[in-house]
Amino acid sequence: MKYTVEIVGVSLAAFLALVGAALSQDSLFQAHMWVLFFALAGGAVLLLRRHSFLPAPATPARSSVHAEVEYMDGPIRYGVIATMFWAVVGLVVGVLIAAQLAWPQLNLEPWFTFGRVRPVHTSAVVFAFGGNALLATSFWVVQRTSHARLWGGNLAWFVFWGYQLFILLAASGYVLGITQSREYAEPEWYVDILLTVVWVAYLAVFLGTILRRKEPHIYVANWFYLAFIVTVAMLHVVNNMSMPVSFLGTKSYSAFSGVQDALTQWWYGHNAVGFFLTAGFLGIMYYFVPKQANRPIYSYRLSIIHFWALIFLYIWAGPHHLHYTALPDWAQTLGMVFSIMLWMPSWGGMINGLMTLSGAWDKLRTDPIIQMMVIAIAFYGMATFEGPVMSIKAVNSLSHYTDWTVGHVHSGALGWVGLISFAALYYMAPRLWGRAKLYSTRLVSIHVWTATLGIVIYAASMWVSGIMQGLMWREYDDQGFLVYSFAETVAAMYPYYVMRAFGGFLYLIGALIMAYNLYMTIRGHVREEAPVGGSLPALKPAE
Amino acid sequence: MSDQDKREVDEISGVETTGHEWDGIKELNNPLPRWWLWTFYATIVWSIGYTIAYPAWPLVNSATQGVLGYSSRAELHREVEQVQLSRSDQTAQLASLDLNEVLADDALRNFAIAGGAAAYRVNCSQCHGTGAQGAEGFPNLNDDNWIWGGTIEDLHHTIAHGVRDHADFDTRISEMPAFAGVMTRREIAETAAFVASLSREPENPDLVEAGAEHFEVYCAACHGFNGEGERLLGAPSLNNPIWLYGGSEAEIAAQIAQPRHGVMPGWADRLGDVTVRKLAVFVHSLGGGE
Repeated sequence: MKYTVEIVGVSLAAFLALVGAALSQDSLFQAHMWVLFFALAGGAVLLLRRHSFLPAPATPARSSVHAEVEYMDGPIRYGVIATMFWAVVGLVVGVLIAAQLAWPQLNLEPWFTFGRVRPVHTSAVVFAFGGNALLATSFWVVQRTSHARLWGGNLAWFVFWGYQLFILLAASGYVLGITQSREYAEPEWYVDILLTVVWVAYLAVFLGTILRRKEPHIYVANWFYLAFIVTVAMLHVVNNMSMPVSFLGTKSYSAFSGVQDALTQWWYGHNAVGFFLTAGFLGIMYYFVPKQANRPIYSYRLSIIHFWALIFLYIWAGPHHLHYTALPDWAQTLGMVFSIMLWMPSWGGMINGLMTLSGAWDKLRTDPIIQMMVIAIAFYGMATFEGPVMSIKAVNSLSHYTDWTVGHVHSGALGWVGLISFAALYYMAPRLWGRAKLYSTRLVSIHVWTATLGIVIYAASMWVSGIMQGLMWREYDDQGFLVYSFAETVAAMYPYYVMRAFGGFLYLIGALIMAYNLYMTIRGHVREEAPVGGSLPALKPAE
Repeated sequence: MSDQDKREVDEISGVETTGHEWDGIKELNNPLPRWWLWTFYATIVWSIGYTIAYPAWPLVNSATQGVLGYSSRAELHREVEQVQLSRSDQTAQLASLDLNEVLADDALRNFAIAGGAAAYRVNCSQCHGTGAQGAEGFPNLNDDNWIWGGTIEDLHHTIAHGVRDHADFDTRISEMPAFAGVMTRREIAETAAFVASLSREPENPDLVEAGAEHFEVYCAACHGFNGEGERLLGAPSLNNPIWLYGGSEAEIAAQIAQPRHGVMPGWADRLGDVTVRKLAVFVHSLGGGE
């Protein structure tokens, strides 16, 4: 019999959600428990429909065969679709909130105001899109580079569906108004507990697979994935330590107070960037770039040194988010110098990524996936240079709290995280569904340039807007009196807000083109088209 | 198994591999790029130097203070003190002189206007607008139509003590009663038509005559027989097209039936008298000062 334990477990959880809704201490918790109940009840019904009373077949029906090892690709296929789906959702919401800043009338009370939708955007792109990209690629990479099937059987499915449930509860909570007001960690205590359980299962699957590997060494991509999984577990648990007011209510109070709370929050927040959006996606780069280019990694030694340097230095850099605040000077200094020292360890990944292409630069002309990877690594290099610059206190006094920070984050998120994930999806999709090739390579090329144009417009308008904003805030007349009111600085940013929304819209269009392309690939269609390269103007290598 | 056996030379780059292979991926055994390594060392050396110069390393109950003796708090105090020092003469004059004397002294007046404008941007623009143009419920400060008076002393008192700020003993207080229970709807509409007729063609001319009688009975005591207003009571003038809560007859009628009353906080305790004086001079300079 299949799924017996799963059906009982999910049904029991659905019943508990129903009890939670009945005994809830506040209406928000009740609404949230109803969301949870319907999600779990739907899951139980789906499982029942797939239940078989026959003995399980000796081998699962679909899985790619690599020598004698059968890889578990089901959760990866779902992960690819989820990544695609959440990318589009997250980007649509991003365009919405960008438009809300330009045209405040678009704030629709009470559910779709900027304050509630903004965490939906950040969580959807970072955790839903980025997280699913990491889940899917890490399951792909760890199996193939360990030459072993995923450990734990259906535990990988639990990780996938548990993670989607976390996303659903997080996003529905934000819209309802449930938040603990910690940036990038807004979900309340009970959603945090769910994520903790899922994350421990993820670690078990990943580590279990590495332990049963048939290769003598652990591949570098897996070091990065493992660092990401372990560190995010630590960050998540410490940052979310809190005391619920009631075990049947939404509200909880942080275990920390004052500046210690702020520092804990930014220790988490900065390392969410460092370990989620950097280390994890370096894992993607270290597998998919050499595979797509069919070239060896440039330097093994560089990968070791920059890995350990990055891991050691990143964790201390968080205080640079609290320059010129109540945080003691000594902590600000350390946050700044660790950020400066991070520059070269970050660039080690860029060098290894770009130099891996030496001997394959000709592919830049004919392979838009390689183009996408190169642009992603270039943005990674730019963002990891800009970051240390912005951590310098003198620069930070101008850039902090302005749109410059927003532009910096997005050149990293759209340029690096987004493009390297898209490239990995383009690589995996035909192979996962047993297709000879993508539906259309030309559409990939269009995606690359639409997305790149979008990022450039976005980042450039935010640089101008952010620096203007910072300069207006600190503008004093010759007698030392303030020149601009806050509302005047907001009014001055209007044209840049419009341009930013347009840049984000272009990026969304690119993602929609990708979704169409991958859908057609999965369905097994191949577009009749001339190969990329012959008629395209020669591209300049981004070295 | 020995990796040494699997080492090979990559044909394209001529560099030896490490002998490892995962899913077809090999690694070249290139050394660390020199520029990368030396830049990394340089950032480390610079960081050590910086942490010696500035507060950095935590100890048991404190932290190293750095050889430069820097503290961001001390830096802030120094900058604030410098600015205060550079203005000390004007500040002293502003604090002691009569406000009319301030207006007469061009240099001092300009200084007060600049300072008042800055204080206005931070504290007042949220309600009265960045151009002091006002909004519904918040008076325009650019015109010469004053509820509580437009002389420099009047303005100073209003800013210092606010309007209906019950925490301030000297605040400006006026409260128009609600006429919803006193007059009928029809009477209120008639009165509104009359009030509108004081400054323009009313929407319902046939109501004006009856409205004039109600106005005399209920309103004239405070607003004056011709709607000219009374500053002593804080009763706004009604004979001009400047309205705090809208000028249509429906809006006027609503204000008669259930008047809304705005509150402005007194700023003397929050900003200090010198800043309040600067604000008074600034508002006085906007065009309507008397």
